[in-house]
Amino acid sequence: MSAISASEKVDGFTRKSMRKAQKQRKSQGSSQYRTQSAPVELSPLPQLKDAPSTEQQELFTQKLQQCCMLFDFLDSVTDLKSKEIKRATLNELVDYVSTNRGVLVETAYPEITDMICTNIFRTLPPSENPDFDPEEDEPTLEASWPHIQLVYEFLLRFLENPDFQPSIAKRYIDQKFVLQLLELFDSEDPRERDFLKTILHRIYGKFLGLRAFIRKQINNIFLRFIYETEHFNGVAELLEILGSIINGFALPLKAEHKQFLMKVLIPLHTAKALSLFHAQLAYCVVQFLEKDPTLTEPVIRGLLKFWPKTCSQKEVMFLGEIEEILDVIEPTQFKKIQEPLFKQISKCVANPHFQVAERALYFWNNEYILSLIEENIDKILPIMFGSLYRISKEHWNPTIVALVYNVLKTLMEMNCTLFDELTSSYKADRQREKKKEQERDELWKQLEELRLSNPTLVQNNCHGLPSVQNNNNNNSNNNNNNSNNNNDHQDKSVDAAAVATDDDDPDVSVAANESTPCAK
Amino acid sequence: MFGAVNALGEALVCQALHRGVKTQQRRREGPAAALLWQKPRSAAQQRHSVTAILSKMAGADGDDSLYPIAVLIDELRNEDVQLRLNSIKKLSTIALALGVERTRTELLPFLTDTIYDEDEVLLALAEQLGNFTMLVGGPEYVHCLLPPLESLATVEETVVRDKAVESLRKISQEHSPVDLEVHFEPLVKRLASGDWFTSRTSACGLFSVCYPRVSSTVKAEIRQHFRTLCSDDTPMVRRAAASKLGEFAKVLELDYVKSDIISLFTALASDEQDSVRLLAVEACVSIATLLPQEDLETLVMPTLRQAAEDKSWRVRYMVADKFSELQKAVGPEITKNDLVPAFQNLLKDCEAEVRAAAANKVKEFCENLPEDSREQIIMTHILPCVKELVSDTNQHVKSALASVIMGLSTILGKDNTIEHLLPLFLAQLKDECPEVRLNIISNLDCVNEVIGIRQLSQSLLPAIVELAEDAKWRVRLAIIEYMPLLAGQLGVEFFDEKLNTLCMAWLIDHVYAIREAATCNLMKLVEKFGAEWAQNTIVPKVLGMANDPNYLHRMTTLFCINALSEACGQDITTKQMLPVVLKMSNDQVANVRFNVAKSLQKIGPVLDSNALQTEVKPVLEKLATDTDMDVKYFAQEAISVLALA
Repeated sequence: MSAISASEKVDGFTRKSMRKAQKQRKSQGSSQYRTQSAPVELSPLPQLKDAPSTEQQELFTQKLQQCCMLFDFLDSVTDLKSKEIKRATLNELVDYVSTNRGVLVETAYPEITDMICTNIFRTLPPSENPDFDPEEDEPTLEASWPHIQLVYEFLLRFLENPDFQPSIAKRYIDQKFVLQLLELFDSEDPRERDFLKTILHRIYGKFLGLRAFIRKQINNIFLRFIYETEHFNGVAELLEILGSIINGFALPLKAEHKQFLMKVLIPLHTAKALSLFHAQLAYCVVQFLEKDPTLTEPVIRGLLKFWPKTCSQKEVMFLGEIEEILDVIEPTQFKKIQEPLFKQISKCVANPHFQVAERALYFWNNEYILSLIEENIDKILPIMFGSLYRISKEHWNPTIVALVYNVLKTLMEMNCTLFDELTSSYKADRQREKKKEQERDELWKQLEELRLSNPTLVQNNCHGLPSVQNNNNNNSNNNNNNSNNNNDHQDKSVDAAAVATDDDDPDVSVAANESTPCAK
Repeated sequence: MFGAVNALGEALVCQALHRGVKTQQRRREGPAAALLWQKPRSAAQQRHSVTAILSKMAGADGDDSLYPIAVLIDELRNEDVQLRLNSIKKLSTIALALGVERTRTELLPFLTDTIYDEDEVLLALAEQLGNFTMLVGGPEYVHCLLPPLESLATVEETVVRDKAVESLRKISQEHSPVDLEVHFEPLVKRLASGDWFTSRTSACGLFSVCYPRVSSTVKAEIRQHFRTLCSDDTPMVRRAAASKLGEFAKVLELDYVKSDIISLFTALASDEQDSVRLLAVEACVSIATLLPQEDLETLVMPTLRQAAEDKSWRVRYMVADKFSELQKAVGPEITKNDLVPAFQNLLKDCEAEVRAAAANKVKEFCENLPEDSREQIIMTHILPCVKELVSDTNQHVKSALASVIMGLSTILGKDNTIEHLLPLFLAQLKDECPEVRLNIISNLDCVNEVIGIRQLSQSLLPAIVELAEDAKWRVRLAIIEYMPLLAGQLGVEFFDEKLNTLCMAWLIDHVYAIREAATCNLMKLVEKFGAEWAQNTIVPKVLGMANDPNYLHRMTTLFCINALSEACGQDITTKQMLPVVLKMSNDQVANVRFNVAKSLQKIGPVLDSNALQTEVKPVLEKLATDTDMDVKYFAQEAISVLALA
């Protein structure tokens, strides 16, 4: 007790780093629930390569059955001998199916899938760390990996064997098998997810009959992730597989695929953990747009709908994705979406978070985007001008200000007449905006008054609304007070506006000077 | 009834509405808004001008009462989400102004068309529409609200959809039985056979509200639809159906519960996805309550047994979590034969999550056992498992157990408690995890009633001392909060001897929250032990700290005085505390000085007027001329509050 220092008493968290260090690299047992009684000790079988070819198949089956025995890896001292025997056997099996031809006879299929299912299909254990942050925390690793890895390896070699016949295997590698395989993508162990990714990809390639089912189940996993649990570890891996699947879609795209894009991929952008799979997600989206450019408008509108409101990190990712999309956009599509898109970009440029502003301003380093902007400068410049102009005066970050000057210069060169017009009307526009703002406020106040003085309306229009009429009696007094207050308030805001306008003055003149060289 | 005035206003609203329908996706500022922005600026002239513009437009005199409504509707299409949101939230005002008929014929169609919007706006809309019955003309017309709510019930975002379903459930009650069949039930059917899963999930929540009030043919259709959704091919819909299964069972006739619900229940409970299976466990409680005892064994128990042994820990967790409800639903006989062994298994589960959930239920489960065999079951079946949990490897399991284990003593009585439970309490009091110890200490009152706390005091003390000095201040804070309770149970002697030093040590803790809690603790102790005890044991020590070199400790003296003066009474406050406070007014640290002013303000009401006038007043007046502005401020505040000016 005396060992606790004063500083630790003040902040019990000083030792967090130490605790974290201890915690790291924790491994976790599979949640195998009383699937079998205590393991019996395994005894080594002879090597497959030493057996006469007539007995090889029988021995192969025996070995497969031997590998169905499961061991408790959290207890690192029990069954050491048997564990080692299983490991060696699995290694031998991997070797056997990958180097020998003609070993995959029809009778072997059920034995093989049985061994695989017994070993890998399990309910994943509860997460050790309920608020596991994949970016910060070390993942919990699968304790039985020494065996499971070899089983995955075996499955992969099995699928890749030149003798492998999907027509026979489809009896065993069926929808149920795939479903269980997909559930495993939630594993916290990245090594496991990596294997699963390759395996699922092979299955998708070899079993044509399962393709639609696999896509639908992935859909379901994503929808559950988006709308129900917000938790699934394998989103990135599944997206990676989808990326290559989308690549192979035939044209014209089926309605099912478009629905997947709009109803699943776009809403995936709302996930809190977007950063973990954004690269893969953006790749999928761009793949779709390259296939079918007419999807550009709905996709960009979708992204604008889900544009992050508070998370700057995500905003930067969205901007990155928009740039990827703009890289492949067709000029006709660009025209359709330019207004809402650039309204958002102009907000991003004015973002106080410099990374967001910077990411948006980098668009002007992209030659293709520049050419699109130039083509449509008469539409885009009026949208962008206000933000850019204000930011060039106000942004706290000098890098941003420098970037904005360059952007303004580029835009000015594109259409200097319009630029001059906007510069000279800037002040008036701002004033108009302020006035709008002010008038809106007044309107709301007026509305409040109206609601308070509503009795006439209420009585005229709908008889017998007791709840509303209750309010009426004591309102006449309030009303007067309100209007007085309103007047006071308005006076103040008018003053404020006047002051603000004065402040703006010098800025405008500076900008006007800047634009003169262009005028010449 | 409407004069030209209102007609004009309505024309405007109307215009806005129609424009809205046509261009709703663009949300441009319409002419009405544009017009408004050009209004003269002067606030004084404003009302007049609005009227003038209006008059010019309509060519008649009018008042502007409906004008803002038109703008409001314009704002429903503004680019700024916040403005649209504000506008939606005033929807009832708009409807009120429009009157019931126009609300039905114009506003609602407009809203139905506006459904493409930000989820936040849609959520507000879904909520508003649930309270719209009177605004569309009462129950007779309530079905007008169905189209917009139907669209909202198909939206992707779960919160919006749930809110729409909630509103639909609410207004379903306002439908007449005829309307329910003509308008509401078809809507449920449409949703139930929608293409996208969202409408089907929404439908699941609507069956139970319309079922009781429709004809038997329609009832049969509803049951059929529910059956279909229970075997939907998307797990999302099956989950929604499973979660409403219990609710639906409750409104069904018993025969249909047996024929329909049981098969659905069995199917969902053996679904391929554990997320569906675990929801069936919840339904199990409702279903078991509905069935007569003799049917439970054949209809429910096979499924329940299977759930308790499910290969997915999530399902077993759910069983453990719902165990008390299940126990009540199946009755004492089945509990004895089936649930006791199941509970034992859950307490020994391989997943800590499941064990913790089961451990949480230990007390409730034991309490609800049939009285005749309760003690025997606990002693032979439950207690052995509990003993193992005391030394579980997982701290959450131990701490869940510690939060309920003390409750067993009232069930088992004095002798059993001393013989069997006491060793467990003592073991948990020595647990390495502070949360476990804390949970034991916070439930001491249960044991106190049965065997008296003295039995524990020898072990209690080291545990308390250790928690009192725990490195985490939150742990220290928690133990302080139990001090008054402990003091009450252990008695003043034991307290003085063993715990008083701790209470004083907390006053000079490094963390403010602890010092603050310690101050508050002293007050409660004084309330318990009386002013005399305070005068002898606490006050001298507190006052001694006034000379501490650390100004934080000197301030603690003031805080203690603030807390204690009332409990100690006028005599002690005036004679012992006041002089110390007054002396501290010369402290060189400004924080101490302004706290003196605050303290004087606080203890002033306890003092007699003589002391106030002769002693407090001059000091406050001096502080009111202090160089530090905060000191001045608080001194002046005290003077005015105590009315010494």
